[in-house]
Amino acid sequence: MTHSSDFNAEKASNLKVIGTRPARPDGVDKVTGRARFGADMNLPGQLVGRILRSPHPHAIIKSIDTSAAEALDGVKAVVTRDDFAENPDNHAVLCNVMAREKALYEGHTVAAVAASTATIARKALKLINVDYEPLPHVTDVDAAMQPDAPVLHDTIFTSGVDPVPTIPSNIVARCEFGHGDVEAGFAKADIIVERELKTAATHQGYIEPHACVASVSTDGMSELWCCTQGHFDDRKICAALLGIDVSRLRVTASEIGGGFGGKTTVFIEPVALALSRKAGRPVKIVMSREEVFKASGPTASTSMRVKIGVTNDGRMTACDGEFRLQGGAFEGSPFDSAAMTAFACYDLENVKSVAFDVVVNRPKGAAYRAPGAPMSVYGVESVVDEVALKIGMDPIEFRLKNAVRDGSQSSYGPKFGPNGLVETLEAAKAHPQYKTPLGPNQGRGIASGFWFNYGGETCSNLNINADGTVTLAVGTPDIGGSRASMCMMAAEELGIPYDSVRATVVDTGALGFNEGSYGSRVTYASGLAIINAAQQAITEMCKRASMMWDIPADAVTWEDGYAKPSGANAGEFEPMSLAEIAAIAANTGGPIAGHREHNADSAGISFGTHIVDTEVDPETGRVDVLRYTVIQDAGKAIHPDYVEGQFQGGAVQGIGWALNEEYIYGDDGKLQNAGFLDYRVPVASDLPMIDTVIVEVPNPGHPYGVRGVGETGIVPPLAAVANSVSAAAGVRLSELPMSPPRVLKAMDDAKQAAE
Amino acid sequence: MSGTHVSTTINGDAVEYVCDVEETLLDVLRNRLGLTGAKEGCSTGDCGACSVTVDGRLTCSCLMLAVEAEGHEIGTIEGVANGSELHPIQQKILDHAALQCGVCTPGVVVAVKALLEKNPDPTETEVRYWLAGNLCRCTGYDKIIRAVMDAASEMRGS
Ligand code: FES
Ligand code: FES
Repeated sequence: MTHSSDFNAEKASNLKVIGTRPARPDGVDKVTGRARFGADMNLPGQLVGRILRSPHPHAIIKSIDTSAAEALDGVKAVVTRDDFAENPDNHAVLCNVMAREKALYEGHTVAAVAASTATIARKALKLINVDYEPLPHVTDVDAAMQPDAPVLHDTIFTSGVDPVPTIPSNIVARCEFGHGDVEAGFAKADIIVERELKTAATHQGYIEPHACVASVSTDGMSELWCCTQGHFDDRKICAALLGIDVSRLRVTASEIGGGFGGKTTVFIEPVALALSRKAGRPVKIVMSREEVFKASGPTASTSMRVKIGVTNDGRMTACDGEFRLQGGAFEGSPFDSAAMTAFACYDLENVKSVAFDVVVNRPKGAAYRAPGAPMSVYGVESVVDEVALKIGMDPIEFRLKNAVRDGSQSSYGPKFGPNGLVETLEAAKAHPQYKTPLGPNQGRGIASGFWFNYGGETCSNLNINADGTVTLAVGTPDIGGSRASMCMMAAEELGIPYDSVRATVVDTGALGFNEGSYGSRVTYASGLAIINAAQQAITEMCKRASMMWDIPADAVTWEDGYAKPSGANAGEFEPMSLAEIAAIAANTGGPIAGHREHNADSAGISFGTHIVDTEVDPETGRVDVLRYTVIQDAGKAIHPDYVEGQFQGGAVQGIGWALNEEYIYGDDGKLQNAGFLDYRVPVASDLPMIDTVIVEVPNPGHPYGVRGVGETGIVPPLAAVANSVSAAAGVRLSELPMSPPRVLKAMDDAKQAAE
Repeated sequence: MSGTHVSTTINGDAVEYVCDVEETLLDVLRNRLGLTGAKEGCSTGDCGACSVTVDGRLTCSCLMLAVEAEGHEIGTIEGVANGSELHPIQQKILDHAALQCGVCTPGVVVAVKALLEKNPDPTETEVRYWLAGNLCRCTGYDKIIRAVMDAASEMRGS
C-alpha cells in the first residue's frame, strides 16, 4: 500500500476528532499518584547504587584504590574506568559516563558502588581513595578560546579551518553558513548596529531527576528501566558501552517527569548496568538534584557578535554574526544550529553566520529545546530591535518587511516552503496586547524565532482488538500528552470514538528502532506512522469484509468506521463496523493489525512571534512580567490544549533564561548554585497567564498539515524579554540573565553616561 | 542497625513502620511503604513534589524525619481521591490539561487541596503565591492556575 504524507486539504477540513480536547489516557494515573516514574520502579533484591564524583574541575586521575570500599560489609560491587572497555565510536559518551585519564569537570563520575543500603553505599564512597593531580581549569567560553587557556584534550585540532592547526586547543570546530557578500551589503546600509552579547548556561530543570534500575542476569540478558526521552537510543549506547548484544538488552521507558532534551542521552544507566553485572543483582541509581545540576547535561553558555545593516526604509542589507558556544567538557555544543537558526527569520541578500564549538571544564551539555537557537536568536533579535528603533520603524512592520515567505532563500541553505512567519507577525500586530498602552517603567518587547523540526526513524503498531477497541504500540516516550494525540489520530482515521483507542509506549523488545522524543518529532513522525498503520489496517478490514460478502476487495470502501460496498458491481450489503469485522477476524484470516516503519523526512519548519510587557523597578532592578502572548504556527493542532501547553512551557523556560537562570561558577571552577533555591526557575507567583494564539499554516508534508510544536516556543522569549526590559529600563541590556543587579547597573551606567 | 518503631496514621489508616533515624518521611513513604505518589524533586524543600499534609498542614515530606510522624496524621496523594471518585482539583487538572509530564501533579494536588480547605475563595494572586513552592517546569503554570480557580469555584457550589 502507499503511504502518502502529502497534505490532504479535503481531509484536513473534515476532521472530527483532531482539534478536540479529550482527557489524556494517562491522566487519572497522574493526578492520583499511581503513574510510575523513573524512581518509582523497584526490583526484588535490588541494591542501591551511588556515584563518586570529582571535586576538581580538571585533574589527572593518577590512581583509584577501591579496596577499602570493597571490603566494607554490604558493598556488593565497585566500578571504575577499569570496568569499561575503550570504545572509539562512543568515546565522548564513555568518558563522560565514567572518567578515564582525567576528571574534566566538578561532578565528573569517577567510581560507583552498589550496596545493600543507601547508608552503606555512602560510607563506601568515602572509602574510595582517588589520587588526583589538579590541573588549571577554564569555565568561560571566551577564556577557553584564548591561546594560553588550559587545554582539556590534546586531541582537539580545530576542524573547519584551513589550514588545520598543528597544536591542540579548546576550539573543536568552526562552521559557516550564508550567502551573498556581507561587505557589499553593509556598504549599502544607511545604519549599522553591531553588538557583543552573552547568555549564561541554563539547565532544562525537569522536576524528575534521572533514575534507573538495571538488572543483568548471569547469562547476559539485561533489563533497564529508566526515565528517558529515547529508550531505543539508550539501548544502543548502553549495549555498545557494555559490550552487550542489542538483542540481550531490553529497555523500558518509565513515565518521564520532564526532559526538554536533557534526557536524550545516558548518564547513570551504563553505570547501573556495569554495577549490576558485577554484583549479580539489580541496581537502582537515582540522582540527587545537586547531581542533576553538576553532572547531567545543561545547555551552552554563549558569547556572540551580531552586526546588521539596514536602509532607512527598513530593508536589511547585510547580516553578520559570530557565535561562540561552550558545550562542556566534550565536543558537541549546538554551535551549528545556533549559526543556522540565527538569521532564519529573514529574507536576506547578504548573510554570514559563523559559529565555534568550544570545550570548557563544565558538564557535557545535552540538548535543551531548540538547541542553540534561543541564544543566537536572542543576539539577532536584540539587534533587529535596535535597528528598527533607530530608523523609527515599528518592530513588527520591520520584521514583516524582511520576513521569509514561501520560496524564500533561507540564511543557511535550503529554500523555505510554505510557512507561518508572516501569519504570526500579522497575528501579533492584531493582538489586543500590542495595542494596550504602557505605564511608566514599562516596556514592550517583540521577537520572532525559528526551529527546523525533525522527523526521523520511527516504527509504530496498531492492533484491532476482538471487542472493537484498538491498541497502539508506540516507541517514543510520552513527554507531554502524546499518547492522547496518537489515540486521536488513530480514532480519526478509523472513524471510531477516541475512547476506543489506547496507546502504550512499549519497551525495546516490542518494536523496531525508534529515535527518541526530541526534535519536536513525536506528534509528526510517530503520529504519521500511526495514521499510516491505521490506513493499512483499514485496507485489511476492507479485505475481510469483501471476503464475507464475496466481492472484490477494491469494491469495499471505509467510511466513518464502517466497511461499505461501493461501485457498480459491489452488490447490496449492510455495512460492517470495525467491531463486527474484528469479532470474526479469527474466521477471516486471524488478527488484524497495521504497522508502519519510516524515516520521516517531511517535518514542517516552524516560526513563532512573542509579545511581552515588563516593568522594571528603578530602585532595585527587579523585572516583573506583566503580560505575555505566544503566537506560533502549529500547522495543525491535534490536541490544542497540549499545543498551548508547549507554547506556554517553552515561553516560561525562556523567561527564566532571560531573567533568573544561570550556572554560576566560582574562580575555583566549582558550580556555586547547584540547587533550586539558588538556581531559580520561574515559580507561579513570578508570572502572569501566558496567552496563546495557534496559527495554522499547513505543513505540505503531512496529511493534516501537522508541524512540530515542542521547541520553537523557547526561541523568541530571550530576545522578546530583553527587548521589553531594554525598553522599560531605557538602556539596551546585552547580557543574560537580566538579574536585578545587572539591570540596575545598566541603568546606573546609562545615567552616568548621560550626565 | 537498630531502627526506630513509629506508629502513625496515613490517609486514615493506622500504619506502623521501623526506620533509621536519618530517613525522611519521604524516604519511608516511598521506599518502605510503597507510597510512591510523592516524588523527590530536590530533597531541599524547594520543589514541592514531595508535598503531604501533617495533621492537615501542608508539609514537604523531604524535610521531615520519618520518626517525627509518630502520633500524627499524614495525608498523601494516594488518599486524595475518594475511592474511584476524583477530588474536584484532580478532575479539573484533567479537564484543563493542567499537566504535561505530571511529575509535579501529585504535589500540586496535595497543595491545592490544603489551600482550598483553608481558603475556599482564593484570588489568582493568592493561588500563585500558595503554589510558589510547587515547581512545574512543563506548563508555565497557566493551566494549573485556571484549574485551581475552576475547582475552587465548583467546590463553593457556584
Ligand atoms: S523533594 Fe521535597 S521539596 Fe523538593
Ligand atoms: S507537568 Fe511536568 S513539571 Fe509540571
